[in-house]
Amino acid sequence: MSNLKYRIGLILGLMALSLVALTPRNTIERVKRADGSIGFDTVKRVPLKRGLDLQGGMHMTLELDETDRAIADKTDAIDRSLKVVRTRIDEFGVSEPVVQKVGNDRIIVELPGIDDPERATQVVQKSAFLKFQITDKTNALERVASRLDGIVREKKLGTRTVTAAGDTANAPGLKALFSDTGKKADSAATATDGPFSRLIQPTGVPGIYAVMTTDMAELDGYLKNPDIQAALPPGKEIRWGADTIVTAGRAVRSLYVLDARPIITGDYLTDAKPTQVPIEGTVVEFQLNNEGGRRFRVETGKHVKDYMAIVLDDRVMSAPVIQSAIGTRGQITMGGGSLQAASDLALVLRAGALPAPLRVAEVRNIGASLGADSIRAGITAGLIAITLVIAIMVGYYRFSGVLAIAGLVLYVLYTMAALSLFGAVLTLPGIAGFVLSIGIAVDANVLIFERIREEIVHGKTVRTAIEEGFRHALPAIVDTSVSTALTAVVLYQFGTGPVRGFAVTLLAGIAASLFTAIFVIRTFYLIWLNRNRTAEALSI
Amino acid sequence: MYRILHDTKYDFIRWWRTAAGLTIAFIVVGLVALVMRGGLLYSVDFTGGTVMQLTFTQQPDVQRLRTALVAGGLHGAEIQEFGSKTEYIIRMQGDTSTAGTEVASQNVRKVVSDLVGQDGFRVDRAEVVGARVGSELRRGALLAVLISFAITLMYLAWRFEWRFGLSAVLATAHDIIATIAFMAMLRLEVSLTVIAALLTVIGYSLNDTIIIFDRVRENLRKNRKETLYDTLNRSVNETLPRSILTHATTLAATAALLIFGGEVIRPFAWIMSFGIFTGTFSSIYVASPILMYVERRFPRDPDSKGARAATVSPAQAKAR
Repeated sequence: MSNLKYRIGLILGLMALSLVALTPRNTIERVKRADGSIGFDTVKRVPLKRGLDLQGGMHMTLELDETDRAIADKTDAIDRSLKVVRTRIDEFGVSEPVVQKVGNDRIIVELPGIDDPERATQVVQKSAFLKFQITDKTNALERVASRLDGIVREKKLGTRTVTAAGDTANAPGLKALFSDTGKKADSAATATDGPFSRLIQPTGVPGIYAVMTTDMAELDGYLKNPDIQAALPPGKEIRWGADTIVTAGRAVRSLYVLDARPIITGDYLTDAKPTQVPIEGTVVEFQLNNEGGRRFRVETGKHVKDYMAIVLDDRVMSAPVIQSAIGTRGQITMGGGSLQAASDLALVLRAGALPAPLRVAEVRNIGASLGADSIRAGITAGLIAITLVIAIMVGYYRFSGVLAIAGLVLYVLYTMAALSLFGAVLTLPGIAGFVLSIGIAVDANVLIFERIREEIVHGKTVRTAIEEGFRHALPAIVDTSVSTALTAVVLYQFGTGPVRGFAVTLLAGIAASLFTAIFVIRTFYLIWLNRNRTAEALSI
Repeated sequence: MYRILHDTKYDFIRWWRTAAGLTIAFIVVGLVALVMRGGLLYSVDFTGGTVMQLTFTQQPDVQRLRTALVAGGLHGAEIQEFGSKTEYIIRMQGDTSTAGTEVASQNVRKVVSDLVGQDGFRVDRAEVVGARVGSELRRGALLAVLISFAITLMYLAWRFEWRFGLSAVLATAHDIIATIAFMAMLRLEVSLTVIAALLTVIGYSLNDTIIIFDRVRENLRKNRKETLYDTLNRSVNETLPRSILTHATTLAATAALLIFGGEVIRPFAWIMSFGIFTGTFSSIYVASPILMYVERRFPRDPDSKGARAATVSPAQAKAR
């Protein structure tokens, strides 16, 4: 009798715990408000985390990009990248983002409720390596131009030799374009009609050249050639400008020759914020720390009247002339960039540069409406499945079937609570696994009931039949549960995202089904036997 | 007390040759279909590439969409209706690099918005998977199946004994092959969800085999004079009501998923439904004959528990 009290106590205790675990509580999440706008609101909700496939959002896998250069210490690179990505994501403002390391060269990022995947990808992926470099004043490129032309001819790198005549026709136009602004007459003279040098036109500013956008690919091909690279002026770097400028109906891109040694890097940056200023348009204002400011002042002081290129991720953002020594403050002009772009740039600058380039290995983006449809379909399927199960069980096992259904209700409650307590994520395959584990739970009941029936047929009393039925059904139930659980564990170990969700619900389902079938239903029978001490027949 | 199929004495095992013929025929048809199509259809999860699910406000002209995509430089895009007349899936499987595929998804957005306008469509889903991730996932999935086999074999060898474990695992291997044949016939794509379904089928099939083997184990202890053939038959018959009831309820659940679960979950539901059939079938007609064969090849030590000398059926014994 006291044994029965403990049993009931345990069941009720777990029930209370489950109800507490599932009580709707306040959470801040992205919601669609009544007026159609989307924003973060406090809502009361059952604390069950929904996976990206159910609430919509973005899943991204990043890996170290070694195409340009090999990375020596991958573990260190990924750990430091993880920190930077996490800071950026935190500032990006998403509720409950996930940023974690997978293996030793990958980072996964999960952003629930994101509807602008491209912007998010950019924020995460941007290296944000900021450098300030002085443009070349020694005409270094002009001096090697004829040698470069020679290499292109000699190695037959020219891909468009046939059309070369047509292309040179463009060149005079370009020359004409810059001859107005060209302050140095001799610089125009250095531009020959060689296959390399004809692509590059001086602009009058030392170290800055103009290239027709149509010629960019060809020139880029030359610049990547190892022979050409060996012949480029030593101690200099060649970088493209970030934006295309349209002048007199011609689209040109700037090419910069820079002193390879940066006067300062973004490491000294302490703050960055976007603003709009009258003439330059959108700018990002940044601030350097004291040491950075000191160095910056000394270096810029040495280079007054020189041009300083602001280089972000190997692209020159702008190259203003240094009027006087600059201290701790500076700005990056965004050209025609939007305020959004400026605020994203400020964000990545604040979070710091990525220690190594990252490449997107996988992106999955699920719209919120698709998720809502999936939930609706899953719930419909679940309800219909449960109705069918109830019909079959009660129709066949009568009173015992009703006990089984009561057990099933507790089973659903326990499983949900377990998922909520362990912080498991409910995904679409998870819902499928849940519907399926209902089948497993029913199977345990069926095994027990069939055994009890057999014992009754063999002429046992009701009490003994129930005892024996449970005892005989136990090995089969344990063996099946354990082997299914083992499969689920393997799935969890080797699966990713949705498959893991499935494994977790399956595991929770198996545990709850073992408990309800063996313990809860048994208790129900004991209660029934207690009330009907002289029972001679059992409705089963 | 209403009972179905209670106290039956069907000679299930007698038909094992016919059953073996049927299942081999089924698998051969499936595998021929597989070879003719040049292998399994892998989703971008495994091959790498781009999948986009779009909902249009109006039914689009698929032919024009296809032409526009090709004109936009997106060759080899596969366009498929998905669920309703306004929902489409665009697939581009690619050996393209990740950077390339990522650009592809942006290009699709651009091409489609040029065609039907910015408000004419909505992107419900966009997935881009790099080729390296894909091949790793494929290896991971295979590894998961093999490891779950090894673990199950060890568990069953410990709980029963190795002959049972081997038979159960071989029966399960049969189910995987049969399910792959089924997938080839229905042209189902191998995706992560499908792998999860396949692993569930493995679990379910094992479940069923274990229930019957548990009975066999019990009957072997109880009745030492019976031949294994008869014990197997008796065990299948005794567990028949449970089998019918359990399979009926699980099938009801998966049928509900199949019909009402929506397009995304449908391949999962198909495989589960088929898995229930093949799992039941293999417990009786694959696991049992294999157990008989193994017992004959590697007879037990006569002194060990559950020892069995004669494994032939009475009919076969008479024929000799």
